[in-house]
Amino acid sequence: MKTGIILMIAYVLLAPFIGGFLEGLDRKISARMQRRVGPPVLQPFYDVKKLLNKQTISVMTAQTFLLITYMVLMVLTGAMFFYGTDILMCFFVMSTAATFLYFASVVTSSPYSSIGAQRELIQMMAYEPAVLLTCVGFYLAAGTFNVSEIASHDMSYILQLPGFFIAFVFILTIKMRKSPFDVSTSHHAHQELIKGITTEMGSKNLAIFQITEWYENVFVMGVVGLFFINSSITSIIGAIAAILVVYFLEVLIDNSSARVKWADMLKISWIVTLFSAGVNLIILMIIR
Amino acid sequence: MANIKKSPWVLHYDGSSCNGCDIEVLACLTPVYDAERLGIINTGDPMQADIFLITGGINSQNEETVRQLYEQMPRPKVVVAVGVCACTGGVFKDCYNIKGGVDTVIPVDVYVPGCAARPQAIIDGLAQGIEIFQERLDEHRAKKKNEKSAKGVSA
Repeated sequence: MKTGIILMIAYVLLAPFIGGFLEGLDRKISARMQRRVGPPVLQPFYDVKKLLNKQTISVMTAQTFLLITYMVLMVLTGAMFFYGTDILMCFFVMSTAATFLYFASVVTSSPYSSIGAQRELIQMMAYEPAVLLTCVGFYLAAGTFNVSEIASHDMSYILQLPGFFIAFVFILTIKMRKSPFDVSTSHHAHQELIKGITTEMGSKNLAIFQITEWYENVFVMGVVGLFFINSSITSIIGAIAAILVVYFLEVLIDNSSARVKWADMLKISWIVTLFSAGVNLIILMIIR
Repeated sequence: MANIKKSPWVLHYDGSSCNGCDIEVLACLTPVYDAERLGIINTGDPMQADIFLITGGINSQNEETVRQLYEQMPRPKVVVAVGVCACTGGVFKDCYNIKGGVDTVIPVDVYVPGCAARPQAIIDGLAQGIEIFQERLDEHRAKKKNEKSAKGVSA
């Protein structure tokens, strides 16, 4: 309980810094993969600092409120997760947060951001089954949805849930807005939707969006770590190593693939989810 | 004063250029010149842009578009005219539909001459634009501060 509170406070305070630093590394590594020098590692922080200093222009004043709600709910998701409560509840709150992002985008009635927002809903449809199945997997293996109980098992659950892990890492590409599944908005310049879901977000609003992304990334990386962590202290090192490997893999996929159409994204992600998580589920139910 | 020099996002608009300068602008982002090491991102969104980079002259059709894009950008903002056409109208100057350089519509801060402007010159122009970008913010802050203190005295 005590470690839960410490972890929760640490998440709320440190997650933006960790998330921003990871994004900086991401941009540096991406640049090196393209044989460029690349921006400094602290570039994402410079960007946010600049955005906070610019004049606020918003098409709809409601957008700021909706974005702040998105941020608060995302912080709540991570806080609940690191406190060690119900993992299913965390993902439900995360879905609610994503809905507020959708509203923040459609409220402007700009055609570009509206199409981006609709694609965001399709993205949710694509990753939601894998996310829910991951919760089911943890329940079947651990007999509980409780994060702190899952984390204090004496064996890492990756041994029992490799299929679920593959499905979860696969949909991380969607969740982290990486190519080939960055259909709603892209980190890279110039796409057919301008900036997709963030087209009508400027200055402070974009800064809020950016910081929320960092919170979200740290949370999903926490879930990756949950697959590896167990009651021994040394497993924390293993979990961190696994997180870094997964993050590097996402950068590699991002740089080596082109964007697919939304229908392909839906098909591919559901097929991968069904096969890897589904087969794992069947095996788990037989051996239990 | 906040340092915002490290993150200038560029909005690139092609007026009535021959596309020579546009190719050089894109060359700035390639591995050879890599403008991203200065934090420069080529964004397509005026609401997120800091530097308005225009190539080609202004004609009666794109005049309104350029003005609108400029107005959609949040303050502080800087305009960089790239290539001789954007500076003065260039070889197209005497055409019946050309109004002249970008400064006939919106205030231009940095002129980058050349036909086509070389990537080195464009990056230099952007670097000068970044200095102006920071100055604008500082001026605005100082003005606001003065207004506030003036109000305090009168109250």
